[in-house]
Amino acid sequence: MVLSLGLITIVAGTLLALVYNTTKEPIDQAKLEKQTQAISEVAPEFNNQPTTEEVKFVIDGDTVNVYPAKKDGQLVGAAVKSWTKKAFSGSFSVMYGFDTDGNVTGYAVLAHEETPGLGAKMDIWFKDPVNTERSVIGLNPDVNNMTVSKDGGEVDAITAATISSRAFLDALSRAHNAFKQYKEQN
Amino acid sequence: MNKLSIILNGIVRDNPTFVLLLGMCPTLGTTGSALTGMSMGLATMAVLICSNIVISAIKNFIPSGVRIPAYIVVIAAFVTILQMLIQAYLPAINDSLGIFIPLIVVNCIVLGRAEAFASRNSVFDSMLDGIGIGLGFSIALTLLGAVRELIGTGRIFGVALYPESYGSLVFVLAPGAFIALGFLIAIFNNLKKKES
Repeated sequence: MVLSLGLITIVAGTLLALVYNTTKEPIDQAKLEKQTQAISEVAPEFNNQPTTEEVKFVIDGDTVNVYPAKKDGQLVGAAVKSWTKKAFSGSFSVMYGFDTDGNVTGYAVLAHEETPGLGAKMDIWFKDPVNTERSVIGLNPDVNNMTVSKDGGEVDAITAATISSRAFLDALSRAHNAFKQYKEQN
Repeated sequence: MNKLSIILNGIVRDNPTFVLLLGMCPTLGTTGSALTGMSMGLATMAVLICSNIVISAIKNFIPSGVRIPAYIVVIAAFVTILQMLIQAYLPAINDSLGIFIPLIVVNCIVLGRAEAFASRNSVFDSMLDGIGIGLGFSIALTLLGAVRELIGTGRIFGVALYPESYGSLVFVLAPGAFIALGFLIAIFNNLKKKES
């Protein structure tokens, strides 16, 4: 009894170790690729390697990553990986892009568990090319009042998903803070 | 037993979703669209075929006192291998299925077929059973996903058939999964009754 179960677990364990070793590199690659793709999607046009110049800031007890975008050595903006814990189902993380003045240049939702059809719409809602009045692109948290209209702000919340919309803007303001801290240091 | 009838058995007479009502958690959780439903069905099918083959091959070697733990080790190993492969080579599917891939371990279809079929039949028959039940599950999940996606968002496999604003959002959410599944089971059983 012990022998047969022991043998099965040993064989299974060996097999898992083998597969783990062969897939480790592609898995890391896939993650990095997703990150790189999100950065080039949101940040102003750059020709450096933002992932290698990553700067980390601790804001509200957790890490916010700033990926500086530079063109010919000159800072043109940054992609900032931020998070919120005020989401409808816990937390989500978003990559935001800023130009040097702190205007939002784009965003990409990295991971979320918001309700499909409601909060999950944030992946295009705030950069909708058809309904541009909802868009946060071009706005600046220093200039514009970036809260949802229900709270007296300028941003049109997602229909029936005010909590997700507030969470999105919470993550945005954290990203903006991190970017300002980065600019002060450089 | 006729080889073809083993496969057909899994799709029609013992369909895991519409007849046995097994594996309801992924059935309701991953069928928000036809594509995620289908990828979940195919992932489960891959595990089912592999675990059926291995369990059938080692069935005489396992004492009956520890057979359930032994089956679970085999199934968990295959699920973990599958998860690592999906993460490495199909990251988009990994994002859309998320927690439901590791949850295949506790899918009662897989353990149920190991206990009810693979532990009593030859390796080849067990593989056919894995294919049949896996196909039955995949077809059911794709169908349910397609119905929910069509009524909820007006699309099937992402192809728009009518404007999204006419869709009924509830079908994309959890309650719609129960409603759509109930109607599909009723239709399936009605068709089956007419057949016999």
